[in-house]
Amino acid sequence: MLNWFHRLGSPKSFFEMTGRWLTGLMVCSVLLLVTGAVWALLFVPPDYQQGNSVRIMYIHVPAAILAQSGYVMMALAASVFLIWRIKMADVAVQCIAPLGASITFLALITGAIWGKPTWGTWWVWDARLTSTLILLFLYVGIIALRAALDRRANAGRACAILALVGVVNLPVIKYSVNWWFTLHQPASFSLTEKPAMPVEMWMPLLFMVIAYYFFFFTVWIMRIRNEILVRERGADWVRQWVVAK
Amino acid sequence: MRFFIASLKRDLLVHFRKPSEILNPLVFFIVVISLFPLGLGPSPEQLSSVAPAVVWVAALLATLMSMDQMFSSDFEDGSLEQVLVSDQSLPVYVAAKIVVHWLLSGVPLVLLMPVIGLVLFVDGPGIWAMSISLLLVSPTLSLLGSIGAALTVGLPRGGLLVTILIMPLYVPVLVFATAMVQTAIGGGDVTGFVYWLLAILLLSLSLAPLAATAAVRISVDQ
Repeated sequence: MLNWFHRLGSPKSFFEMTGRWLTGLMVCSVLLLVTGAVWALLFVPPDYQQGNSVRIMYIHVPAAILAQSGYVMMALAASVFLIWRIKMADVAVQCIAPLGASITFLALITGAIWGKPTWGTWWVWDARLTSTLILLFLYVGIIALRAALDRRANAGRACAILALVGVVNLPVIKYSVNWWFTLHQPASFSLTEKPAMPVEMWMPLLFMVIAYYFFFFTVWIMRIRNEILVRERGADWVRQWVVAK
Repeated sequence: MRFFIASLKRDLLVHFRKPSEILNPLVFFIVVISLFPLGLGPSPEQLSSVAPAVVWVAALLATLMSMDQMFSSDFEDGSLEQVLVSDQSLPVYVAAKIVVHWLLSGVPLVLLMPVIGLVLFVDGPGIWAMSISLLLVSPTLSLLGSIGAALTVGLPRGGLLVTILIMPLYVPVLVFATAMVQTAIGGGDVTGFVYWLLAILLLSLSLAPLAATAAVRISVDQ
């Protein structure tokens, strides 16, 4: 088991291992997303209060969940890089930052679209929305620092430190709806209690969350593979792979 | 301890030799605040209602203006590297830099508060609340800004990048501070907010120097 993790740390074996999984992952993601979307859009009963506009929940909530957990994954990769100096962890951080930023942006936009018919406003400066906007700025900050430091030797470690400094925002986002009275509703899923929604509504939500995770990991792995080819472009195995294509 | 005092004295001496470095952010602070009555119109009710926000944003920007110079002069002449390779403690050096920055940009802002409060037609409790909240928050600003300054040492146009990097961390502080001032102006009790600001200050005081030191090591170590 440990050997498997060890092999993930080498660019060449990561590239080869993921090359075998990638088609399967892509097919899985597309299937799950399409199934989830069709289920959510067509087969879920409309909410008694919100009517059909509740269906955007199935796009907004998974995006928001992934925005936060994406940052946690980035912070974990950053700490692995700082502690054990595994270069693949730095590649992981570099590749997840734009992905996390896009998903946070998606969560904010879909939240605004959902908010207009249900709350009457596109935006409100409450705790959850403001701290998710801060999360977007944190992602953008990491992208900006990486771009400013370009390809210097210390770029990876500087971005890793910034990622770890920003992780203090995550508990604030997650628990902001519990700590402050806000317009945004509390979390749909918790580890200890039954969801407040009926089964017909939370099953497709869980399904969409899993679909989003598959999609996230697929795109992350694709980006990492690309970055490996860029970083290792002097290596023999890269040249052979390119020629064989 | 002796290294701390020595670094403190050295930095204060270096800064006082160029008074413009100290005065420019202060002048910027006053000028920015003065622009708002010109833009919004001179009515006292309107100005006193936006006063907390205006003062806070101006204080933030003024602090950030002087932030990116924290390590850059030492980096450029090589003394930052000398401290790194010497047997002196880098966290102590970073802490001295933070204290100097706070003394030279945070404390003057606090001292200017009564004047600014009068200009913006804020009443007594409001001025008290603004001064106390700025007193509590300005060390936090210096602490968090030092992380940004350390990450961008030696970069051209690093100042703008520091702002982008550190702004997300400043936002909770800003939220609490303006809420505190608005509660005070409205006549409410602000002890809860004081505790919150103190908590944030203590958290930054314990963690920011560590992050800044690590960042300095990384930035010099190219």
